[in-house]
Amino acid sequence: MNLTLHVWRQPDGRTAGRFETYEARDVSPAMSFLELLDVVNEGLIARREEPIAFDHDCREGICGACGMVINGRPHGPRRATTACQLHLRQFTDGDELWIEPWRARAFPVVKDLIVNRSAFDRLIQAGGFVSVNTGGAPEANTIPVPKPAAERAMDAAECIGCGACVAACPNASAMLYVAAKVAHLALLPQGQPERARRVVSMVDAMDAEGFGACTNHAECTAACPKEIAIDFIAQLNRDYAHGLLHRLSGGV
Amino acid sequence: MELRALVPEGPIERKWERRRFEVKLVNPANKRRYHVIVVGSGLAGASAAATLAELGYRVSCFCYQDSPRRAHSIAAQGGINAAKNYQNDGDSVWRLFYDTVKGGDFRAREANVYRLAEVSANIIDQCVAQGVPFAREYGGTLANRSFGGAQVSRTFYARGQTGQQLLLGAYQALERQVALGRVAMYPRAEMLDLVVVDGKARGIVVRDLVTGAVSSHAGDAVVLATGGYANVYYLSTNAKGCNVTATWRAYKRGAAFANPCFTQIHPTCVPPAGEYQSKLTLMSESLRNDGRIWLPRRQGDHRPPQDIPDAERDYYLERFYPSFGNLAPRDIASRRAKEMCDQGLGVGPGGQGVYLDFRDAILRLGRDVVAERYGNLFEMYERITGENPYDTPMRIYPAPHYTMGGLWVDYNLMSTLDGLFVIGEANFADHGANRLGASALMQGLADGYFILPYTIGNYLAQTKPAEVPAEHTAFRSVQAEVAARSTTLLGVTGTRSVDSLHRELGTLLWDRCGMARTGAGLRAAIDGVRALRERFWKDVYVGGRGEDLNQALEKAGRVADFMEFAELMCEDALHREESCGGHFREEYQTAEGEARRDDARFAYVAAWEYTGASERPRLHKEPLAFEHVPLAQRSYK
Ligand SMILES: Cc1cc2nc3c(=O)[nH]c(=O)nc-3n(C[C@H](O)[C@H](O)[C@H](O)COP(=O)(O)OP(=O)(O)OC[C@H]3O[C@@H](n4cnc5c(N)ncnc54)[C@H](O)[C@@H]3O)c2cc1C
Ligand code: FES
Repeated sequence: MNLTLHVWRQPDGRTAGRFETYEARDVSPAMSFLELLDVVNEGLIARREEPIAFDHDCREGICGACGMVINGRPHGPRRATTACQLHLRQFTDGDELWIEPWRARAFPVVKDLIVNRSAFDRLIQAGGFVSVNTGGAPEANTIPVPKPAAERAMDAAECIGCGACVAACPNASAMLYVAAKVAHLALLPQGQPERARRVVSMVDAMDAEGFGACTNHAECTAACPKEIAIDFIAQLNRDYAHGLLHRLSGGV
Repeated sequence: MELRALVPEGPIERKWERRRFEVKLVNPANKRRYHVIVVGSGLAGASAAATLAELGYRVSCFCYQDSPRRAHSIAAQGGINAAKNYQNDGDSVWRLFYDTVKGGDFRAREANVYRLAEVSANIIDQCVAQGVPFAREYGGTLANRSFGGAQVSRTFYARGQTGQQLLLGAYQALERQVALGRVAMYPRAEMLDLVVVDGKARGIVVRDLVTGAVSSHAGDAVVLATGGYANVYYLSTNAKGCNVTATWRAYKRGAAFANPCFTQIHPTCVPPAGEYQSKLTLMSESLRNDGRIWLPRRQGDHRPPQDIPDAERDYYLERFYPSFGNLAPRDIASRRAKEMCDQGLGVGPGGQGVYLDFRDAILRLGRDVVAERYGNLFEMYERITGENPYDTPMRIYPAPHYTMGGLWVDYNLMSTLDGLFVIGEANFADHGANRLGASALMQGLADGYFILPYTIGNYLAQTKPAEVPAEHTAFRSVQAEVAARSTTLLGVTGTRSVDSLHRELGTLLWDRCGMARTGAGLRAAIDGVRALRERFWKDVYVGGRGEDLNQALEKAGRVADFMEFAELMCEDALHREESCGGHFREEYQTAEGEARRDDARFAYVAAWEYTGASERPRLHKEPLAFEHVPLAQRSYK
């Protein structure tokens, strides 16, 4: 099949970027989207032009490194699929594709399709953990965890930290990402002691990083390759209110 | 160079306790004066960096990804072993130890393996306390499954994403220490060389992958947790960035490289679809619990698999191994698949594939049960191939997956270079010639949480802090070498892309130093690698600049190291005139086509010492004694 690609090229964060057009001829529908970029890059290298820079590593939908907006949709058209797991059979011969980086104030462009997502790490630093040192843990079966709670915690913990939720949100909010981490830990007994402090601290950090507010568009869930449920945001809001009260009463 | 394993005296059950008592301790008030460099943020690196910081050391941690959470460990699916015996099915530290030594085909160090089994239970405690959402029973206790042909259920798991959840636990512990100011985290930073002063590892030279700046970092000890080198084959189940650079550079600075030819080829991966194939995806081994592997009996039988009647199918694993059948160990299942395909019986593009069929499982258990067990794997398969495994059998083929070889370490996890410690997949220690399923995650976390933090203290306690600063001339000269190498790579301006040369190297190794090896083949491979390496340095084209984010340059550096490493791997495979675990030499097999070990000649660890660019590496042998697990031929008939 043949595809026309309009790819965002930007040498670095200080220089303006623009779309460049490349023709991909005779590519196989069995190719993954990143393999398509590999093939385009091989062509560019042969012509002594600079290849397109894009983040990737596992290429099986779990590391969260890859991420690009394809025709306006983070990770492209297929539901619950990262760009690395997207295959060209999802497209039609002759399609034109517009490929660009995540666009969000908190994720500045580094080069071409690569953005800086270190704000996500800083949100975890703000409290996305259980404070337990190595060696201090009780025997693992001491505290039973009801299976439904463990399953729901896992639903939230599946987040791969790719940032598609932020890219999809008209406000570039990181609410789904934060909600997933808060819920994962809040659903487990191990997360209780720091529950109130964690949620307040993470939400404050989110604001400080320049992520926008959540106004319930739900674009995040639709774009999420792991289909993290929007309900976790509702739970976050409840936990946050509770956490603020806790702080007012001197608990934090 | 001398290999001193430093295994403690005494009965095996008391060795680790004894070592913990023997080690010198660093005064708590002094710990913050020591600076430890940890390269790698996978299970091994993140757990070590977090734990060392908790203990009070100053830590710098490096990874090449944009976040430590993306280390390759994230991709592990199946689970992690621990000798908890929660299922009351007869598991014990001793049994896990025994299974691991035997599974490794008697090429691991007994004392290390025993310790691994011993601390395995602590890992689960630690991870649960961090909030790792392991699978649970209805009563709220932890669930287990049996994995990789083990006869007890000792594998803990979090859906099909065990590595992800364990890594997130370690990552969160690490970020907590970053927030406390005890760990300086350097993402998008690649270690390109090790700095050794007077025989001691003193620091590293790193390239910032965004700006291209090359800088020096001095430390009182260096820990390499940089993972495995399966990407030497180009196509593997590893993440694209996995590399041998850090360990190879350390080798060239004096650390011995052990058993480089011990590689694991995983039997159940999605076969390559075409020339452009960039990596191979693992399909969990658990599929073999219910799927049946077969091929058409007749060559060139192109009927759709559903139309081939049972009488014309060869369920070859069930035929060869009536008692283990489809659950035969990884190395055996892989080799048999290759043999069958080499006979022209393979299916799919290029005849590289065998069927993994769920028809009978669906008849026996119903579609819903099969969907519950494997639904997400089926979906993943369908995403990649466009085929639906409920209706048509999966096609699978073996792929390079894990590397048992790595830098040689003593019982304290220190390499032959003082102050250089190596943990996780990057070292050679625990898996011998074949790793059992769910044991790599266990080893990475055992090393990082529970072993290294003790043993490194013993070394530091005997070292003065900050003895060699980054301003030392040794750093300056290594930094200059690193910069010069980038300049050379950028200056070649040949015609071949890095990927195309890497692919060629991979094909060569896969054919000659993959699942089945011969003396003649390996000799040809060595010549081939040398010729290819020469071509690489004459004809590669990298492009772009060094002072910039330049992914082609990153790859070029890694591939250049693979080109050198590949030769050592073939040398090692050539010298080991026996078959054991993943190392199968066609000349050394039993009448039934199974691996024939030669314990009289080869019950040792082969540790190679670098002696110069145009010199042959020197072989050192660490003899292995099996005092607790009697040497025996593996049999899965
Ligand atoms: C698809 C797949 C599934 C698997 N499933 C299982 C399983 O179910 N159970 C099991 O036990 N094992 C499994 N394994 C094996 C296991 O995942 C790995 O062996 C293990 O995670 C390795 O951990 P590590 O910490 O040693 O290295 P890695 O996780 O590979 O981490 C390496 C780290 O080093 C860094 N690094 C590397 N080179 C450099 C450099 N030059 N400079 C700076 N940083 C560098 C990387 O950035 C990364 O942070 C699986 C492996 C694969 C490929
Ligand atoms: S490359 Fe890892 S999720 Fe896409």
